[in-house]
Amino acid sequence: MKQRLVVIGNGMAGMKTVEEILAASPDQFEITVFGAEPHGNYNRIMLSPVLSGEKTLDEIMINDRQWYADNGITLLAGEDKFVVDIDRGKRCVIARDGTQVHYDRLLIATGSKPFILPVPGNDLQGVIAFRDIADVETMLSYAKSRRHAVVLGGGLLGLEAANGLVEQGMDVTVIHNNAILLNRQLDNEAAKLLQAELEARGVTFKMPAQTEALVDDGTGHVSAVRFADGSELPCDLFVMAIGVRPNIALAEKVGLYCEKGIVVNDTLQTFDPSVYAVGECVQHRNQTFGLVAPLFDQAKACANHLCGHGVAGYATLPTATKLKVTGIHLFSVGNFLGDAECEFLLFRDLAAGNYKKLVLKNNRIIGAVLYGDTSEGAWYQELLEQRVDITPMRGLLIFGRAYAEPLLLNSESNQATVKSVVSDGKQTVTENVA
Amino acid sequence: MQDLISSDINNDSLQTIKTTCAYCGVGCGIEAQVNPHTREVSVQGDFSHPANQGRLCSKGSSLGETVGLESRLLQPVVGGKTVSWDSALDTVSDKFKRIIDEHGPDAVAFYGSGQLLTEDYYVANKLMKGFIGSANIDTNSRLCMSSAVTGHKRAFGTDTVATCYDDLDHAQLIVLVGSNTAWCHPIVFQRIRSAKERNPDLKVVVIDPRRTATCDIADLHLPLASGSDVKLFNGLLHFLNQNDVLDHPFIEQSCDGSVAALEAAAEDAGNLDSVARYCNLPSADVERFYRWFADTDKAVSVYSQGVKQSSSGADKVNAIVNCHLLTGRIGKSGSGPLSLTGQPNAMGGREVGGLANQVAAHMEFHIEGDVDRVARFWQAPNMAREPGKPAVDLFDAIADGSIKAVWIMATNPVVSLPNADKVKAALENCEFVVVSDCVAESDTLALAHVKLPALGWSEKDGMVTNSERRITHQRALLPPAGEAKPDWWIISEVAKRLGFGEAFNYQHQIEIFREHAALSGFENNPFQRLRDFDISGLADISLEEYQSFTPKQWPINTDYPQGKARFFANGKFFTPNQRAQLVALTSRAPGNAVSQRYPLVLNTGRLRDQWHTMTRSALAPRLNQHRPEPFVEVHPDDAERYQLQHGGIAHLLSQWGQMYARVMVTDTQQQGNVFVPMHWSEQYAKKGRMGALVNPVVDPLSGQPESKHTPVSIRPLSAGWYGFVLSREPLADQNVEYQVKVNAEGYYRYELAAIKSIEGVAEHFQTLLNPEAQFEWQEFDDASAGVYRAACYNKQALQAVVCLAPSFAEVQLPARGWLGSMFVKSSLEPQERMALLAGIPTVGTEDVGATVCACFNVGEKTILKAINENKLTTYQEVGVCCKAGTNCGSCVPEIKTLLAQAVEVSS
Repeated sequence: MKQRLVVIGNGMAGMKTVEEILAASPDQFEITVFGAEPHGNYNRIMLSPVLSGEKTLDEIMINDRQWYADNGITLLAGEDKFVVDIDRGKRCVIARDGTQVHYDRLLIATGSKPFILPVPGNDLQGVIAFRDIADVETMLSYAKSRRHAVVLGGGLLGLEAANGLVEQGMDVTVIHNNAILLNRQLDNEAAKLLQAELEARGVTFKMPAQTEALVDDGTGHVSAVRFADGSELPCDLFVMAIGVRPNIALAEKVGLYCEKGIVVNDTLQTFDPSVYAVGECVQHRNQTFGLVAPLFDQAKACANHLCGHGVAGYATLPTATKLKVTGIHLFSVGNFLGDAECEFLLFRDLAAGNYKKLVLKNNRIIGAVLYGDTSEGAWYQELLEQRVDITPMRGLLIFGRAYAEPLLLNSESNQATVKSVVSDGKQTVTENVA
Repeated sequence: MQDLISSDINNDSLQTIKTTCAYCGVGCGIEAQVNPHTREVSVQGDFSHPANQGRLCSKGSSLGETVGLESRLLQPVVGGKTVSWDSALDTVSDKFKRIIDEHGPDAVAFYGSGQLLTEDYYVANKLMKGFIGSANIDTNSRLCMSSAVTGHKRAFGTDTVATCYDDLDHAQLIVLVGSNTAWCHPIVFQRIRSAKERNPDLKVVVIDPRRTATCDIADLHLPLASGSDVKLFNGLLHFLNQNDVLDHPFIEQSCDGSVAALEAAAEDAGNLDSVARYCNLPSADVERFYRWFADTDKAVSVYSQGVKQSSSGADKVNAIVNCHLLTGRIGKSGSGPLSLTGQPNAMGGREVGGLANQVAAHMEFHIEGDVDRVARFWQAPNMAREPGKPAVDLFDAIADGSIKAVWIMATNPVVSLPNADKVKAALENCEFVVVSDCVAESDTLALAHVKLPALGWSEKDGMVTNSERRITHQRALLPPAGEAKPDWWIISEVAKRLGFGEAFNYQHQIEIFREHAALSGFENNPFQRLRDFDISGLADISLEEYQSFTPKQWPINTDYPQGKARFFANGKFFTPNQRAQLVALTSRAPGNAVSQRYPLVLNTGRLRDQWHTMTRSALAPRLNQHRPEPFVEVHPDDAERYQLQHGGIAHLLSQWGQMYARVMVTDTQQQGNVFVPMHWSEQYAKKGRMGALVNPVVDPLSGQPESKHTPVSIRPLSAGWYGFVLSREPLADQNVEYQVKVNAEGYYRYELAAIKSIEGVAEHFQTLLNPEAQFEWQEFDDASAGVYRAACYNKQALQAVVCLAPSFAEVQLPARGWLGSMFVKSSLEPQERMALLAGIPTVGTEDVGATVCACFNVGEKTILKAINENKLTTYQEVGVCCKAGTNCGSCVPEIKTLLAQAVEVSS
């Protein structure tokens, strides 16, 4: 008889785990999936291109309902299938409409919730996050009738939203509480290049700036943003993109041990060994997640353990960042700021829109920022992950693999360490989860 | 029809003019295609000229690239201000007049050059010796062939080159002494090479402390100890005597002093093993050379600066000449001594008497009647009676203030004379320095009070004489640049202002040439004063004959209207008793011996692709690629001993001065000897003037400096940083230990190194190369390794590149060639720009490597590739395949080295 696997969350991490299970051991589980959104499984990270009009919703669907049927998976999707409780004693999941499904193994993949700025007016109409298809639809409809959009947050998501809204014809101002855009991914120089490029595309920046309140137009709709200095900015649409928090409400309610997220071990098990968790809702070795690459790694390790193979463990690797704005290329990985013990290889051609920085420690790459030409990003990441001693090719490293690698190959002592991970099929450039 | 018309126009504007090369004393004929409207000149060898028969070397082939106006002096300058000719000439004559009036004629001097035409030289000599009344006129030929002049006069009574190039074609043995013929006289070398190819029995012996490119065709190379030539040839003379190969009838009939000469040789070099030890040569090799010479009647001894630039230079010449005289091997086809001169008109200078110890037309101060004879001919009011000061003494006299005004013509003594820092100081302190030159800037011009613009090679018109006495008409190709004037005109104008108008009222150079020819024949007969130099056959030359003059070897007189190839076949010489004089010789060590403090012997010399102080050859970018920087060649053991690394920078010191040069470690150099090229001036290498090092020792008889033997010490420059800048704009003096400028195609290259720390240097160059931040700036910075590279772009075109590093290793400082090649592009492809600072070709394009063949611009890697891909085994095949080596052929030794490398790799 098949074991019963219940998955809470029809997002990218959960479904990736299911796909890995189907690939590894297709007949082992009878699978039920609960999803609060009324869709099949879609690629959340592609919401930005949908907003900018470069992709349609259909194009970003990963698995439609037919796929669930074809694989014998029961999909319970929609608001009334929102899971409200888990009876861990009886190993039973309970949805809002009273649906109950028993499990032998449970996988929690509830993702994250956007962080909402705690200011007066944050509940006004026209104040939204950028998290799901509904948010995109809201933005697209505002773009048709309104003019002033304000995006809060100069991170990846905020900038993608801003670019998308400009593409849709709105006047967009980005508010950021740091002088450096993408300050978690970029250093000052790369950020300046990015800002210049986005400004050239029509995005206005107000930074650093402290939002004090959102102003009501009298009908319950936002009309302006008020700042700490008293100045105001007209606003018809206010998009918050200032980060996410692991969605742990359910886990906490049913007594699973949580800190910032649901705490899991290297095999993605919670403190209840029959309950697994993956994705943005987890906390692994004190770290929470917002990009897709580690999620996919978690899915692999988790599926491996669920299927009883028991050989894979999850370890967090430095994850590369990319901004999904057409024509803007940036790449960031690892400790891109470095410290006093680090050495830096810098390449600047600001007029041509190119900037590269490699951070070295003990002759190994520990971080990189590339802006403009990011074609070598994957290779640098590979060198970083493999901890390759770059000494023989230091002089040409910044110019890329075709130039530098021959030096490395010539240096016999290092030959043994050279192997290509890309040819193993591993995805080395990964993207943020919207 | 339209096409016909336009092609007619093109044909009209292109003229073909025959002239001669501006460079060495081989005196090659040139056929120039000239477009006077665009000042474009392209050259090829003149097939009808006997000296080169159509061949040209890399330097000659590049003459068309040197006729631009960028570096020219175009107007007279007095005290830094541009003035009219009248004003400049007045200034010169007033000042000379005042100094002569106050201090006498010996307080002024002229210093000329083998670049002057015969007519120019003649007028200068006449003015100084006959009218100013001093013999203080010397020339850079003093540095070049005065030992040959002295040696020839001692032996023959006159400064006579007995032989001709044709003898090389008929010799069975050619002995090259102190001559890197392959690089310094490439076309003579080509003649020897083809003679050897035609005649496998022809043996070539090279006698030179260095293993040079000339050794490529040597059957025997004798790398003798520096300065031991007299011992070697005394040994040869003794050997010839012992082996009974002397020509006793000839000696009896035509030679004096043979007994003393043979005795001296026996005394000095009577034991072959001791000779070999003294010369630091294997006895067997010395014996082989002696044996070959003894056994070969048709033997030519070719000697150049290795013989002449020596404190016993005249003795070396006579040691060689002795061997020829006592074996009767002179004046016959295929045998005799042949001095190769360095400059296109060194011989012309000797004809007119352009040296301080000659009067004129091969007449001498020490021969009774000669001074009066010349005075009569010139109707000279103030004829000089005593020899003047030869070059080194002349500049010493400037230094001590006894000469107060000097006029330097077409040469650069601040670079080329020994103890050159003293020369520089002397000129700095000299009351009045006039320099007439065709270039606007030289180390010497920098010290001039008056600068007079002379015609350049392409504008000059007059006669020159090459090493084999062949007179050729060097013709003007282009109208004068700016206000430039012929040297003879400038000198005559000053002469007129000094009150000698009647004697200097020349309207055309032909009037001067006729006068010169007439003087050569004046009272020239056995009853009055018989001289070798006689071109009286040209004394009445018509303008048409002058314009269409074809090359001829003097004498040209009633006996020999078409000239004569050889002298002395009749056994008659130009001494009072018409007999040749053997010179008894005892070898002696060079003037300054090495010491603990200065343990190495410095040798100096020419390079293949440069000429003198580079004022002209460095204008042709392709000539700067062969050896772009001043370097010092060091034997590997010495390199280890003095901690020098190949490619690093050495600091050389002598008792007289210092210089910096790039280290080239090579076993072509003897241990204990180092070599530096003679060419670099402050214009190109701020502290790379070899002249500053060289000892001021001269030959006591000829006054020629000992430029081949100076004790020096060497040590590595402990640089804080190394670097280079490639820039479209010239770079100011960076006040660093090592700064070398290289003219390249579309940009200047600067090699730099400094003792001070690299801290702040990158920022300095940012400001320097992009002062107003008007250019786009690109940089690669590895600050902790000290590596910094940057490029700036003017729109899409490369404007400048700077690379800095704590070491000179290629991993830190990329090769310059590919980076430089980017300057010819008006814009760079994005991928080229992205990878530019890698300094290596964009992946997918080819790196041709260092230039080997300068004529066709073929790189080392191209040649190696052709060799490998086509399995080439001979240099001729390489030539067919990629043209390298098929023009001047002076890169053939390098091509052969590459062929040998390829064989090693494949085996």
